[in-house]
Amino acid sequence: MKRSERVVHWTGNVLLYGFLIALFAVTFFPFWQIFILSINDGTDSLRGGFLLWPREISLESYRTVFANPEIVTSVQVTLLRTLIGVPLSMICIALLAYPLSKRDLVGGRGIGLFFIFTMYFSGGLIPTYMIIKSLGLIDSFLVFLFPGLINIFWMVLVRTYMEQLPRELEESAEMDGAQDIQIFIKVILPVCIPVMATVGLFSAIFHWNAWYDSYIYTYNPDLKTLQAVLVKILNQFQTGDMLSQAQQLANENKKIPVTSESIRMTVTMVATIPIILVYPFLQRFFLKGMLLGAVKN
Amino acid sequence: MNAWHWISPAKRKRIIKQRYLYLMLVPAFLWSVLFAYGPMVGLYMAFIDYQPTLGKFWSSFFGGKFVGLQWFNLFFAGDEFFLIMRNTLVSSVLSIAIGFVVPIVIAMALNEVRYMAFKRVVQTVSYMPYFISWVIAANIFVTLLSADGLVNELLKLLGLTRDSILFMQEGRYFWGIVAGANTWKDMGYNSIIYLAAIASINPELYEAARVDGAGRVKQAAYITLPMLKPTIVILLILAVGNLLNTGFDQYYLLGNSLNRDYSDVLDTYAFRYGLQNGMFSYASAVGLFKSIVAFLLVLGVNSLARRMKSNSLF
Repeated sequence: MKRSERVVHWTGNVLLYGFLIALFAVTFFPFWQIFILSINDGTDSLRGGFLLWPREISLESYRTVFANPEIVTSVQVTLLRTLIGVPLSMICIALLAYPLSKRDLVGGRGIGLFFIFTMYFSGGLIPTYMIIKSLGLIDSFLVFLFPGLINIFWMVLVRTYMEQLPRELEESAEMDGAQDIQIFIKVILPVCIPVMATVGLFSAIFHWNAWYDSYIYTYNPDLKTLQAVLVKILNQFQTGDMLSQAQQLANENKKIPVTSESIRMTVTMVATIPIILVYPFLQRFFLKGMLLGAVKN
Repeated sequence: MNAWHWISPAKRKRIIKQRYLYLMLVPAFLWSVLFAYGPMVGLYMAFIDYQPTLGKFWSSFFGGKFVGLQWFNLFFAGDEFFLIMRNTLVSSVLSIAIGFVVPIVIAMALNEVRYMAFKRVVQTVSYMPYFISWVIAANIFVTLLSADGLVNELLKLLGLTRDSILFMQEGRYFWGIVAGANTWKDMGYNSIIYLAAIASINPELYEAARVDGAGRVKQAAYITLPMLKPTIVILLILAVGNLLNTGFDQYYLLGNSLNRDYSDVLDTYAFRYGLQNGMFSYASAVGLFKSIVAFLLVLGVNSLARRMKSNSLF
């Protein structure tokens, strides 16, 4: 290699790895910062400065958060809606995808368009609220399950997967005289496990992250999800910043290790940790799902 | 004459045979009628003077006085119309401009990395923001951008500012913050599709370029980028189609009363007037305006994309 080529090579590498390390930093450090602020002593954090490592470790915020009935209830509600909502969605999506994957279904094209149209046009916030209200779903646990029951985009993923299955699978079962429902349960569903797992993970993320339905459609504090509680905490922070700072200074003199700020950070961490826990699975499945969808579009 | 006679006997036989398939559609059909088409019927609210005091929803709904386009005229003539449209379009265009380029750069950079472990770590971490809720993301941004947050500390350390910048309180920073937040959240995820497109490029092209003495920069500029062009064009067109679908969460959660002149977009405006001020008909009209324009935009853009796709085959 000539000298000039070597220079180009090295500057190229510095730029390349510099960019990617910056990318890593920009995505990683925000989470790290929240984590550090949640385990650092709350009043100590008020002193400011770079907090890339805890100065005074204190788990007092976590103790406070998990002793708070509002937050404990909200975690239970969120877990419950996820545990019930995910299988329910998976079943209904698979039930819709299978008939639509059949090329010879009479009227199949029209029925497909009927569902696809809902992806592109919606009634909007207010009419949706009115319908949900008129159905008596306000302040009901069912509001977490029904409006978001079916996601047409995920249904398209499943349908595409089913369309690509070899026809012989169904044909041999048809020869044995099996009905469509039997074929669906015994033949189709078992081979659709990978795509159904993808949908299940997406649905679990949806339920865990949902805040709007609980925030808007429920008033009962026993029906607030974790994310909805976190919105409330965020709103308090955004509107009452100055007020809480005065309060915090008062706390500082009393040496209280918990501040509204450290509580907010801790609840944020509690809401993030489950996502990190399912992350290895997500990695594996969502790439496939995403690429499948991309091919289709 | 009933509809059944219009269907040919062969089709009739097939429908009977497929009856269980139709049965399977029932749950999804009920869902779509109640939660997708129901609200569309409810859009009629935009043309009446809906008074929630008239009793139950449906009686007030059908009993309301028809007012035509009154609510639309009120919205278009109001001072806020310009502000809302400006915020919606500017923040959206800014988000697309930044959020569109970064994933391409990320994919091309990752493609050049020879150390697989390093590549995997960077890639894995970069997807992470996509999966967290906007609630968490907003909390993170508000924290980092607060007066004593990491960003201000960093700016002070570098001597770029002496006093803390009030990012969340001063409206003029808002569009940049939203564009940055949108990019941060989606860039890793959006780079996947480009990585897949790069992976499908014929390696012989690079082989030939190397024989001709092209370095890695030249290979990227003259092979990778041109080969990515169809994907880039299609995705850009689709992004433009979603210009008005800014999303609600990030604007609602990052916005506050101090930056409202910059953070109020069509969705948050309709939300505030409808659910907080009780002007249901007016808010429905704003929502319907957005839905129609967004739908036409998506439709137009999709047909454009389809035409380009069929052209690129020849």
